[in-house]
Amino acid sequence: MHIADQLLQLLFTGLTLGSIYSLIALALVTTFNITGILNLAQGEFVALGALLAVSMYAAGMPMAAAFTVSVLLVAMLGGFLERFAIHTARGASGLTLIIITIGLSISLRGLALLIWGTETYSLPAFSKGGPLFIGGAAVNPQSLWIFGLTAITLAGLYAFFELTYWGKAVKASVINRAAARLVGINPHTVSFLAFTASGALGAAAGIFIAPITMTTYDMGFMLGLKGFVAAVIGGLSNVGGAVLGGILLGILESYSAGLISSGLKDAIAIIILLAVLLIRPEGIIGAIRERKI
Amino acid sequence: MLRIQALDVYHGYVQAIRGLSLHAKEGELLAILGANGAGKSTLLETLAGLHRPAKGDILLNGKSIAGKPPEYLVRQGISLVPERREIFHSLSVWDNLLLGAFHRYRHAKQEIHSDAREILEIFPALKGREREMAGTLSGGLQQMLAIGRGLMARPKLLLLDEPSVGLAPMVVREIMATLARLKNTGVTIILVEQNTRSALRVADSVLIMERGRITFSGSSGEIMADSTVQQAYLGRRVRPAMAL
Repeated sequence: MHIADQLLQLLFTGLTLGSIYSLIALALVTTFNITGILNLAQGEFVALGALLAVSMYAAGMPMAAAFTVSVLLVAMLGGFLERFAIHTARGASGLTLIIITIGLSISLRGLALLIWGTETYSLPAFSKGGPLFIGGAAVNPQSLWIFGLTAITLAGLYAFFELTYWGKAVKASVINRAAARLVGINPHTVSFLAFTASGALGAAAGIFIAPITMTTYDMGFMLGLKGFVAAVIGGLSNVGGAVLGGILLGILESYSAGLISSGLKDAIAIIILLAVLLIRPEGIIGAIRERKI
Repeated sequence: MLRIQALDVYHGYVQAIRGLSLHAKEGELLAILGANGAGKSTLLETLAGLHRPAKGDILLNGKSIAGKPPEYLVRQGISLVPERREIFHSLSVWDNLLLGAFHRYRHAKQEIHSDAREILEIFPALKGREREMAGTLSGGLQQMLAIGRGLMARPKLLLLDEPSVGLAPMVVREIMATLARLKNTGVTIILVEQNTRSALRVADSVLIMERGRITFSGSSGEIMADSTVQQAYLGRRVRPAMAL
């Protein structure tokens, strides 16, 4: 393959992965902005979304229904965990709350292991047909689904925050939590909504990626970590930065794995995380664009 | 309308309010004066639910509201315009106003839009700036916006913490005139002010606080007429009031 074609091929692979990382980072950043809690169980929402969809599809449910029900179930789980674990510990220190989310992550992974075992599952692609050729690169149709669905999800979130009254109320909570309380916005309700939405986003990301990756009970750990790295690149409190951070991480990961060594695929995320935290802890993109949401 | 009984409030280990009692009638404008650190802002913040009293009670129309959270108290008709304005900087002026009516949005979507237009009539300087980001407004306009947002809640009890800080005298006069009009509609107002002259012009009654306690309570006329009281409690003479 010609080098230019190879670079283009790797770019599409990177954009596909980056879209998924963006969604996970977006869920992390939104929850962090609203509640001040870094939800380290976010990756488990991704895994559960994918595994539930796999099981429901295998049980004969149409793909669209399996997608919808899985997203709803994980969204409900996110809301339940917020009420059960986070709300009951309100007033605890930030560190305690992070430790609680680590506990939730381990528990959910254990639960997934009990239900689905150590086997590897996969979902079929959302549409049939061979790869499309763009330039010299072969693009898997599932990648196009991922681009499209990620774009729709981002547009939906943008519309919610910019065009709806409730979205603006959530935004107000992010901008100034105390002032939001003074106009009657209940922070506990907003926190519940944030965890519910992060569950839905995580599940959607897991189902999008399930047809092109190995779906296992522990897939959420690495995806959650990469979502976290993407969020850190974006400055952790910057929604636009999180999306761009995810895309950047996906592209860097793809190029380093494709051009240097496939062993670098996962290591690159850790290297970037360390580099950002050491050199620019405010985030690469967060420092450029300060605006939240 | 509002009755506070033997209230104690702490900031950590420091007691900010000591056994404070007061009473405010419906449609009364009560000014609270005093030096920095006297506990004036803490009192307002406690009334708005931002601090939990250690002792004592707060009754709003006979119902105890001490220790209730801010989002509950807004629904009961208490609205605080904080000293630092606390507007939503990266939201538009219009969105800031609409969010001021958050607690009644579900039941009165259309009404709150007309209320917001009314606020723009009260503060015409905000007109034409509805789409601007609130953070880009001047200090005076931000103050007007903060008060307008407070009014959007349609409060029965409006709490204002230093609304004149950093504002031009003309803007202060405008704000005080608005408060005078507002109290005539039956809204009870508690005004914490460093700008003694402006506060005394509009207030019906005055409290002076020192180290968490009320050291003087009377009508604004009493203070204005008595230079000895002014010297004793305010440390200076207040020049005679001018017409609004």
